[in-house]
This record gives sequence, structure tokens and C-alpha cells, in this order.
Amino acid sequence: MASNRVLVVGGGLAGLSATMKLAELGIPVDLLSLTPVKRSHSVCAQGGINSVNDQTRQQGDSEWNHFDDTIYGGDFLQNQPPVKEMAYWAPKVIDLMDRLGVTFNRTPEGFIDRRRFGGTLYKRTAFAGATTGQQLLYALDEQVRRHEAAGLVKKYEFWDFLGPILDDGGRCVGAVAQDMVSMQIRSFPADAVVVATGGCGLIYGRSTMSVFCTGSAASRCFQAGAKYGNGEFIQVHPTAIPGADKLRLMSESARGEGGRVWVPRKPNDTRPPKSIPESERYYFLEERFPKYGNLVPRDIATREIFNICVNEGLSVDPNRMCVYLDLTHISRAELDRKLGGILEIYEKFQGVDPREEPMKIFPAVHYSMGGLWVDYEANSEGGLVPGSPRNQCTSIPGLYAIGECDYQYHGANRLGANSLLSCIFSGLFIGPGIVNWIKSNKASADLPKSVFERAVGVEEARHKKLLSNTSGGENPYLIHQELGDIMTRSATVVRYNDQLTDAYSKVTQMAEQARRCSLADTGNWTNQNVIFTKALQDMFPVAECILKGALMRDESRGAHYKPDFSMPSLTSTDPTARHREAEQWCDAFDENNRKFLKSSVCTWKGNEPDLKFEDIDTRLLPPRPRLYGLVGAEVIEQVWKERAEAKAREKASAPKELVGSA
Amino acid sequence: MIASGPEADQKRRPSKINVRVLRQDGPGLPPYWERHQVDYEPDMNVISVLQKIAAQAKTSEGKSVTPVAWDCGCLEEVCGSCTMVINGRVRQSCSALVDRLFEDNPEEIELQPMTKFPVVRDLVIDRSRLFHSLKRVQAWVPVDGYYDMGAGPRISREAQEQNYPLSQCMSCGCCLEACPQFNKVELQRNPGESDEDFTKRKEAAYESEFIGAHAISQAMLFNSHPVAKSLEKERMETITSTGGIQACGNAQNCVAVCPKEIPLTTSIARAGRAATVYAFKKIFDR
Repeated sequence: MASNRVLVVGGGLAGLSATMKLAELGIPVDLLSLTPVKRSHSVCAQGGINSVNDQTRQQGDSEWNHFDDTIYGGDFLQNQPPVKEMAYWAPKVIDLMDRLGVTFNRTPEGFIDRRRFGGTLYKRTAFAGATTGQQLLYALDEQVRRHEAAGLVKKYEFWDFLGPILDDGGRCVGAVAQDMVSMQIRSFPADAVVVATGGCGLIYGRSTMSVFCTGSAASRCFQAGAKYGNGEFIQVHPTAIPGADKLRLMSESARGEGGRVWVPRKPNDTRPPKSIPESERYYFLEERFPKYGNLVPRDIATREIFNICVNEGLSVDPNRMCVYLDLTHISRAELDRKLGGILEIYEKFQGVDPREEPMKIFPAVHYSMGGLWVDYEANSEGGLVPGSPRNQCTSIPGLYAIGECDYQYHGANRLGANSLLSCIFSGLFIGPGIVNWIKSNKASADLPKSVFERAVGVEEARHKKLLSNTSGGENPYLIHQELGDIMTRSATVVRYNDQLTDAYSKVTQMAEQARRCSLADTGNWTNQNVIFTKALQDMFPVAECILKGALMRDESRGAHYKPDFSMPSLTSTDPTARHREAEQWCDAFDENNRKFLKSSVCTWKGNEPDLKFEDIDTRLLPPRPRLYGLVGAEVIEQVWKERAEAKAREKASAPKELVGSA
Repeated sequence: MIASGPEADQKRRPSKINVRVLRQDGPGLPPYWERHQVDYEPDMNVISVLQKIAAQAKTSEGKSVTPVAWDCGCLEEVCGSCTMVINGRVRQSCSALVDRLFEDNPEEIELQPMTKFPVVRDLVIDRSRLFHSLKRVQAWVPVDGYYDMGAGPRISREAQEQNYPLSQCMSCGCCLEACPQFNKVELQRNPGESDEDFTKRKEAAYESEFIGAHAISQAMLFNSHPVAKSLEKERMETITSTGGIQACGNAQNCVAVCPKEIPLTTSIARAGRAATVYAFKKIFDR
């Protein structure tokens, strides 16, 4: 296969692990990135990476439990086989990263230390201080540099991916990209293209994401015919530090290490936080969710914090909304050892020492659960078939998507410390499948040159048109600001159909406006103006997927919350009536699942997305209500358990042939 | 600097921010100063100032200009992209808060590209030399491969606490900018020269010059890893050859400007001792 090459786009955890694995399998890789790969957004991940481990195993944990927590945390919106495969690989992924020299925190005896993260009751999370993403990224960056030095990997840093190239049969045979320094546009013939380009937080203006997380690469694949799934599921992280240019993440590990979220019980209490006695503090997460406490999943914590500030008027700052995240009861030495990195960020940007004063935090857009639709091939145990070229393949043959830009692993809500896992896992797992794909296809280097020249021509024309559009008069930076405001208002924590309808029509108009941008820089040397404007124009198709999905999904699930379509809570105090209410609640839950336990899958129709709901593969775990031991919901849990047991009995006594077809 | 409460700060805050930027249209072209003025808002950093400059694309005299080019990524001082010289000091522009800069000089903020790397355009510089140095010291663990072989070696808490700070190096280049022994290497492409040939020529030039504190520190990090130690000899060969540890003049500027407070001079001292041992070994093993 001497003439075969693979193009990997994006050098975060997913892209680097794919590159490294492909290099090990002897495949030459072109690695293309907007930034030197060591500076990719994975570097910002703080808290850690999950897997079952020797200690939790002896407490009753297993790979299956990790799988169950991930599905339950994601509100059952994932196809289950890929998630099962990931959970079963998790311990192996951490072992590998350990061998690559990641400086994981250690126990006194020298084992990898673990902490607890949201949505689980086990300490599954391995971590390297509070800069775990950085440490994992560096280890992979080092391995890729090793292969680069050996000549198997060629890096193209400061290059912008402009779109996949398809042959006449619709197979992806390479990509077009632009050098961000010389502005040269050229083709990269490849026998498979792997897109590992991360999330789309910049669509919301300010988020916890890095400046290059525009979603434009995924959008370019979408506009070339790849499907986009579950766009409406955008994770809003409960704890971030508000800022003018960026909302900086304050890791969940702060709560994993014992951090407590609270507000004064009295509204507008102006006393300094440390002088407010314990009895006058409202630890609202702990009171409402005694079982999980501060470590309820992110969507729930976010809604509770939002609600405390917006509806209950208990914000701790009169000028802006925020609550306390308090670490001051933990010793300085322990904080420095386990959370140093994030405490320094708070100190540097806020000028306050969080070891002495409770931090002030508020939710911020953080992660895209949705992304490019990808396929999988399941085996008889409900995991994946290793080496299948279908795994992680988009709806365009030969075009693969991994990491945050695929839609596959996190459903309606991602659990903390599962993203680093899904990125590295999908990157490693994809290697053998790509090798098999290449074997069964004609090498793209043997295709007629015209296929590539045509694609380059289209992009050159787009580029020239933008530079010469001096009379349009629109400013790309101002349009971006407005897009961010609209998206943040209408499609984050709480969503209403009238606002979404309004936002959708505004955003489609703005997409037109963005085509009339005039550039302040019309030169052909390091023109950041034109690169940004292209990214901005390509934000719109994804923004439309997000809004359309949110509009059409008339239910509440995970990060997608519509008060007008939420399940009512139980109101009766009389036990019999309450039980009856719980029965009705469970009926309504089943009915809603029949309608909406589906992926929303968009196809680009030239000027807008067409959305269809697709069934979800729940072959391993039947859906159940997601309550996390909420105070007052015990009856629902009890009724649901009785029903599940009755169903199981029915199934056991049913004639054999009917079981398989159910 | 005068200690003052937030209210006193409030009074001194001007409504406008004056910025002086050293611009350059491309490699080898003459640099020139340009003044910009943007509206003051609370909690700004240099990144948000540059964003405003890009959006208005006009100098303070009202002349239309191209937006100032600069590099940035995470905006939380962990990716290393946005390093530049601000009011004479090399640092990341994301963590350079306007209110703090005003405490020193409320009249003006001065932005310059790093001086030890070739300018690509304006504040964007080419730091490929820095990444090339990481190849030279083979900063990686030479594992057999990526199949499942169980966990890595047991590491003591003490060793982890020594290595983690070194491993936080984000390749920003502050230590190199501040180093008197680290000189700029800037080559122009010859007419008709291919990418490969130009890269080769640049790398040869880099290798004749000082490798810098960051790479020495990375060499020490990997020399102390139980498996990566197997390449210790190769790393010491680089460290003791031209542009290696002997080029260090012990000015100790590197450790003073490192934004991650990496104990670079400790690494350099370790490398110095290891170099002596390595030199003796080389003589007696001959």
C-alpha cells in the first residue's frame, strides 16, 4: 500500500490518537490543523478521564456500570453498541496513556489516583492535576512527533480545511485546504479522510471553547452531503467564570474533590460569604439531590443554578448572575496538588484566591453532543465489530468523523470525564477499519487529476469572490456577535418554541447577510479576515440544525429543556393519589419515548437543513426515567421498578420465538 | 505601583484605550508603529482589545487599515498561542488584563511581536524552531506500540510531583524570548527552492544555534521516566553538542518569565551535571 495516504483533519486528542494508530499500522498520514497541534482545544480539558479500575471493581463497579451510567446520563439518546465498546475499552485506554508517560496523579503507593465525577457514584476518574486534557494531548503530540521524525507523518499546521473531495461515485477521495499564511489553496488526495475538528461553541459567541471551535469543518462536510445528528444537544456547563472575551471553564473536578455549590438563603444578602453561618446557606443541589449532591449530571446542575438565579432571585451578585462554588473548607496543600491548574486560572483572571474566598460561577456553553452522523457495525454481544470500515464512517463513504465532531457517544447529555475517553477511543479504534476500507478501494492517487482540480477551482472562486466583494458593506465580526447573542438567548438552558421560531428566521436572514461581508483585508498574505469570514458563513448551516432540532423536539431530554413540554411533577400528598399520579407519569413517559426517543438527523438541502427523526438502537438497556434520586420522585422510581419487573416476568414466560422479534 | 481599592481604580479608568502596535506586512518587510483606540469596558484583556481593533479596522486617526493579525487559541493561558511582547514584557495576551496594565501605564498599551522569532505578519511569528527542538531531544516515550499491554510502570508520588510541573510546558517561547543566548534565526526562501529544501536549510540553521531552556527541561523530564530513559544517551548527545547546554549563560531570565513557573533553572542545573557525567563516560568508554 505504498501509495496510500490518509488525511487527518484536526490535531486534538481524537486526531492525534488516530494519526498515531494509523502510523503504527504503517499508513502514511497527512495531519492538517488550524493551529500547531499541541495548541488544540483538548488542551483546555481539565478534570480527567473515566474508566472502571481495580478499586471501583471491588466496590461492585464494572465496564457495564460505566456503560449504564453513560447511557442513563445521556438520557438514552445514544445508539448503544458504540457506547458499550467505549466503556469496555476505557481501562485499556488509560493503561496506554499511562505507558505514554502521562503524569497522572498518584496514590502514596504509586498507583494512579482517582476522583469522583458527575453522574456516577464511583471514583472512576484518572487525572493529572487539573490539566488532564493538556497532559493527555502532550503525550499524543509527542508520539506523533516521533512518527513525524521517522517520516511517516507530515504535518500541515496553520491550514484550514475547506471541504471533502468526492469522486463521481460519491466516495471521499481527499480534501481541499488553504494555507493560512500564504493563502494557497490546494488539494490533498487521500484514500480516507478523518475529520476530528471538535465542537462548534463559537456559534454561541462566547463559550468555554477555543477560538477555532467554529464548527466550520463539520459544516463543510455537512454541506458536501454528510448528515448531521442531534445538533440541538449543546451542553451548558454548570460552572464557568464569566469574561468579556471568553467564559472560562471551572472544572467539575472542583466539585469532585468536595467543592460545594450554595447561595445565601436570604435574597440580596450582602455579607461576605465566609461570614454567613452554615444554617443560612442554601446548598440547593445537596438538598434536592441527596444521593448525587453536587455531582448530579451537568444538565441538571446547570438548570438548578439557572433557576436559583433567574426564578428564585438568589444570585450572589446584584450586577450579574452567579452562585458560590466553595472550596475553602479543603486544605491548601490538597487543593494545590489536585486542582492547582484551575485555581490559578481563577486567580489570574478574577484576582481572587479561591482557596480563601468562594468562587463566583455561572453556566456557559461547553460541548456539542451532536455532530456529524456516523455509522457503526455491531457484533452479537452488542459491542462493535473491530476493523469494520463502517465504524465512525459518515454518510459519505471514505469520510470519517471522530471526537467531539461526531454525534455518537454522549446522547442528550455528556458525563464529565467521558469526552477525553470518547476522543481517544474513537481515534484508536478507527485505525484498523480504515486500513480495511483502503484495501477494498482503488487508490485515490490513481484517479484523474480533474477530480481534484475541479474541487480546488470551486474554492478558489469562493475565495476570490469574498476578496472582491467590496460593496457588500457587512462586517463579519459584528454579524458573529449578533449570531452569538441570538443563539445564547434562544437555544441554551431553557427553550421556548416562539423564541426558537423567531431565532430560526433571524438566523436564516443573517446567513444571507453574511454572504455580503466586505473585508477590511483583501490581501493574500496571512489574511485572518477572510479565514474568519468563511468560518462565519459556515456557522449558519450548523446553527440552523441546532435551532431546527430544538424547535421540532417537543419534549425535555438531557440538555434540551422545554418547560412547555416537560413532564409534570407529582403534586398529591395522599399516598394513593400520589401512586396514581406516578402511574400516569410513567404512561406519559412511555408515550413520549415512542415519539421522541429518536436522533434528529439533518441533511443539507442547499439552503436549509431537512430534519428526520431516526430510531435509536436500545438493544442492551431499556430506557427508564432519569431522576437521580430527586427528592419527591421516589414513587415514580418505585412504580417504574414494578412495571419493569412485570415486563421481565412477561418476557420470561412468553413463547420463545416471540422474544427475538420483540 | 500604588495600592488602591476598586473605587480608586474606577476613577482612574479612562473611557478609551490607546494602543500602539508594531506592525509588519510580511517577512523581511520594514516594521512600523500604528496607533489604535478602542472603547474601554470592564474586565477586558489584550485579546478583547485586539478583537475590537479587528472589528473596527481603523487607526486612531480614522484611517482604514487591515485588521492587526495575531495568534490566539484557548484564551485561558494553557495553549501558548497568543504570546507577544506587551509593554516591554513577553507574556500571553489572554492573561494580560487591561486594568492591571493600566496600573503601570494608563496612557497606552504597547504591543510588539516576539523578537526572537521571524515575523510572519504583525504579531504573528513563526515558532517552528521551538517544535523542531523537541524532535532534537527526542521528547517522547519510545513505547513498543499502541496495543493493550497493561499499565505503565509504577510511579511514586514524589516523581509525579517533580515531573508534572515540567510537563506543563506549553511551548509558548517566553523563556527563549527572554534568553540573552537565544538569537533570532531568519532565512528567506531562495528563488525556486522547494518546501522540503527550504525546511531542511532552516532546520540546519536552527541546529547550529542554542536549543533553549524549554528543550533542555523536556530532555530532563524524559530522562527521568523509567522507559523514556532508554534514549538518555541520544538526548545527552544533543545537549552536549553545538547549541547545547554550554551555550547557556546562566542569566536565569527564563525561569523569571515562564508563565507556568516551570523550574527551568533546576532543569538546566540537572542537565549540566548530567552533561559532565556524560562527557566523562564518553572519554572512558572509548
